[in-house]
Amino acid sequence: MYEGAIQDLIDELGRLPGIGPKSAQRIAFHIIQSERVDVTRLVDVLRTVKERVKFCTECGNITEEELCRICKDPRRDGTLICVVEESKDVMSIEKTREFRGKYHVLGGAISPIDGIGPEQLRIRELMVRLANPDIAEIIIATDPNLEGEATASYLIRQIRPMGIKVSRLASGLPVGGDLEYADEVTLGRAFEGRRTVE
Amino acid sequence: MAVYRDQAVVLRTQKLGEADRIITLLTREHGRIKAVAKGVRRTKSRWGARLEPTSHVDLQLYSGKSLDTVTQAVSIENFGDRLSENYQHWTVANAILESAERFTQNEHEPALQQYLLITGALKALTYESYDPSLILDAYLLRSLSVAGYAPSLSNCSVCDAPGPHKFFSLVGGGSVCNTCKPSAAPTPAPESLELMSALLSGDWAAASNSELRNRREASGLIAAYLQWHLERGLRSLPLVERM
Repeated sequence: MYEGAIQDLIDELGRLPGIGPKSAQRIAFHIIQSERVDVTRLVDVLRTVKERVKFCTECGNITEEELCRICKDPRRDGTLICVVEESKDVMSIEKTREFRGKYHVLGGAISPIDGIGPEQLRIRELMVRLANPDIAEIIIATDPNLEGEATASYLIRQIRPMGIKVSRLASGLPVGGDLEYADEVTLGRAFEGRRTVE
Repeated sequence: MAVYRDQAVVLRTQKLGEADRIITLLTREHGRIKAVAKGVRRTKSRWGARLEPTSHVDLQLYSGKSLDTVTQAVSIENFGDRLSENYQHWTVANAILESAERFTQNEHEPALQQYLLITGALKALTYESYDPSLILDAYLLRSLSVAGYAPSLSNCSVCDAPGPHKFFSLVGGGSVCNTCKPSAAPTPAPESLELMSALLSGDWAAASNSELRNRREASGLIAAYLQWHLERGLRSLPLVERM
């Protein structure tokens, strides 16, 4: 055990995800040995993030203003909404440059075992957005695990009566993988979603 | 025993570090265990969908100090793919998984009966053998029974006077007679107690013919009885969609 401020710093760092006691100690000593200006910059950035960053009132993505960059952009197609679990997923899809519509961030997936039901997610806000008659298609891009699938099933059940086209991201074999290691569910879905070669 | 093999149902998964998960398993021979599945969250993971909640798998594990590590996994039956397509079934499956975890409190303590119960319940739920709500209630009652908390549904649970009796006591352990009843004991319909009896003994013909109001009453009694014995309720139970 160290004394006072050093131990406090190690304890605080140790609470961050993926940081164990050894890593916390290493980072703490790095900070102690760093230049004052570097540490001040880090402190400022941390404070600014907490003060400025909030959630977009429209889609729930992280932003520094009322509306996020994507929701404000008039070139984005407002008739398409891609539903994702986290803000991180928005970034992943943006990197593909395939999607030119807007997003809706749910803030997680339905997981009754963890006490998370539809009420705890931004599903009601999504339904309010869907009341807009211009919306032509909802693309459900929740994670391809069981919680994501169950969330998708719930959303499909809620949206279908509204007469809006609903699609789900395709799932199948990863590029660069080996067929022999594919599990039954993935391989089964890859067969289900196979395409005709022209 | 460095490397061992067992069959298991995946009860719960938690994220660990960058791409790993801690998998809670209910195994046939080793009871409930926690194991690390390395790299399972990567898209190119060799585990794929095998280690998702509700998966029934044949595993090879390497025992470690606090957590074991999954080294190989082969699907026996993949319930999750079908269960997650139906939201109601998914909520029921979650309640089953959570109660299995709660009923097996000590890790590495063999719980063969619990294992057989959960595989049976998930199979019945996946293949829609009976009404999902009835499957859940039957599973909960039988889990209570395996744990030694089977409610008495005919004789008085306090003095053993032959029943049926009018009153039901959570504290007493089931039906109670007029003299043994605590104050403010509920008085369920006799048909609801008969339904509970049928679910406990596996008389599905009688259970499937029961009326909706009796099913609702029995579900309420079972949930309250379960909460009394587990000390705190299941988080997933209020989120279960009942018809």
